[in-house]
Amino acid sequence: MTTSNSQLPTAEGATQRRLTEPAAVRKALIGITLTFLLLFLVLPMGVVFVEAFRKGLDAYVKAVDEPDALAALKLTLIAATVAVPLNMLFGVCASWAIAKFDFRGKQLLTTFIDLPFAVSPVVSGLVFVLLFGRQGYFGPWLSDHDIKIIFATPGIVLATIFVSFPFVAREIIPLMEATGTEEEEAARVLGASGLQMFFRVTLPNIKWGVVYGVILCTARAIGEFGAVSVVSGHIRGLTNTLPLHVEILYNEYNFQAAFAVASLLTGLALVTLVLKTIAERRVRA
Amino acid sequence: MSAVSQAGPLRGSRPTNVPGSRPTKVLGSRSVQRSVLPGFRITMFFTVAYLAAIVVIPLLGLPLRTSTMGWDAFWSTVTDPRVVASYRLTLGTAFFAASINAIFGLLAAWVLVRYSFPGRRLVDALVDLPFALPTAVAGITLTTLYAPKGLLGAPLRDMGIKVAFTPLGIVVSLVFIGLPFVIRTLEPVIQDLSAEIEEAATSLGASRWQVLRRVILPYLYPAWLTGFALAFARAIGEYGSVVFISGNMPMKTEISALLIITKLEQYDYAGATAIATVMLFLSFVLLLIINALQGWSSRRVAQ
Repeated sequence: MTTSNSQLPTAEGATQRRLTEPAAVRKALIGITLTFLLLFLVLPMGVVFVEAFRKGLDAYVKAVDEPDALAALKLTLIAATVAVPLNMLFGVCASWAIAKFDFRGKQLLTTFIDLPFAVSPVVSGLVFVLLFGRQGYFGPWLSDHDIKIIFATPGIVLATIFVSFPFVAREIIPLMEATGTEEEEAARVLGASGLQMFFRVTLPNIKWGVVYGVILCTARAIGEFGAVSVVSGHIRGLTNTLPLHVEILYNEYNFQAAFAVASLLTGLALVTLVLKTIAERRVRA
Repeated sequence: MSAVSQAGPLRGSRPTNVPGSRPTKVLGSRSVQRSVLPGFRITMFFTVAYLAAIVVIPLLGLPLRTSTMGWDAFWSTVTDPRVVASYRLTLGTAFFAASINAIFGLLAAWVLVRYSFPGRRLVDALVDLPFALPTAVAGITLTTLYAPKGLLGAPLRDMGIKVAFTPLGIVVSLVFIGLPFVIRTLEPVIQDLSAEIEEAATSLGASRWQVLRRVILPYLYPAWLTGFALAFARAIGEYGSVVFISGNMPMKTEISALLIITKLEQYDYAGATAIATVMLFLSFVLLLIINALQGWSSRRVAQ
């Protein structure tokens, strides 16, 4: 990475040279960037709200305050309420084992933790159908015992856990690695119990990382579409989550209602961004 | 010419703390006193058990199921013309979209880190919108925007460009959902770029363009490639945002993920599984490549 000076012209008045691009270039680059982001981020978001309120406030309220939409909201919240705490617990446990100890196969373990990010959502849903569906490995046993997983709430919860699996772990592992082990060791030597050490030394160091991971995890759990779509069976009022409800309304050409429900999810996404920005600043501080 | 000696390896760059990428081996001597800390067994047990139950065992079911269908049946399924057309479309549009994201992502990351302008922090926070917005919402709003009668679709149609319900529409969706990857991978690296190097090169007489091409870009290259690979990997598996805008015509605008769903709906479990196995294999290879790239990137930053 050394710059060989033979390739560069002799330095005459080099000190006067600006260490940044000329003002005109800067303005042009800012302009291009903002246009690109406006076109791909702001405009689509604006469309959601414009379409949602196209037929006025009454139509908006009617689309949102409706039994099927409320049932979808309830199911979405159930799935997130189960998935997020479990994945948070996993994230803390996995990062403790990975960041504070050395063992063989660590690299492999972290690669496996990342897998749900790499796998297509549709494939994520499919694997649970193959396990618990009617033609699945446990299918006959489940139907004998009258347990429904696929096309029912448990399947949706499982798919949601799968797709939001790595978020918390990925955020905390680097944080725990960066803080090292000295503080915890000191706490132990001074007589702290394992739990005291964790709650008084480790947790304060990683808490904003946990918050950050939980925010991302929740956003994904609420918004997941592909995986949930495969296992849900799209039964209105029963196995529809909010994103699936949006799809059904849209496919029925009920665009205004689809966008009204979508605007709720968009609002939630914006709240996520605000919380994320706050947490991010705390992580860096 | 005392400046020559300063143009050595990049200094002042922090080796870790790149959000999203795991730092490699920051503490070499960690293992020495490891016995002092409690909880390894129980956390490790829970980690492995939970990982196995939720991720590994369900995913293993896929190749296992495929192996029961026999090689010939598998091969004829995954090389069926309609399936091959879907791979070509999926990979092609994903590559195109990731390339667009690589170019504009580099530009945006540079602008957001290096320049100051009103609203910069707001714009920076907004970059993560595609991560936070459910893909189905992205799908219906992009379709509305780019449909022949849409706000952008109408003027584009007058120019003779059809976006929605064509491969171009798929690219638009994939650009949207992959947008944060390149920007978020590059930002911390650009932040860590030592000003001394640029000063040294400039004082040696390099023009701004030469500094950019010979000093800055080579330094950013691994992270840039990582961001591209992340966007590409995400785009290959994407379903929610694409299914609305693509039109879903077999051989023309049918992506692989959709083909899996179509086969499932026809109760062709073997066919769905075979295509899914190919996609899973592809994802796994990409994940390994991304891990290698991230290792390269953090080593480059640590230099």
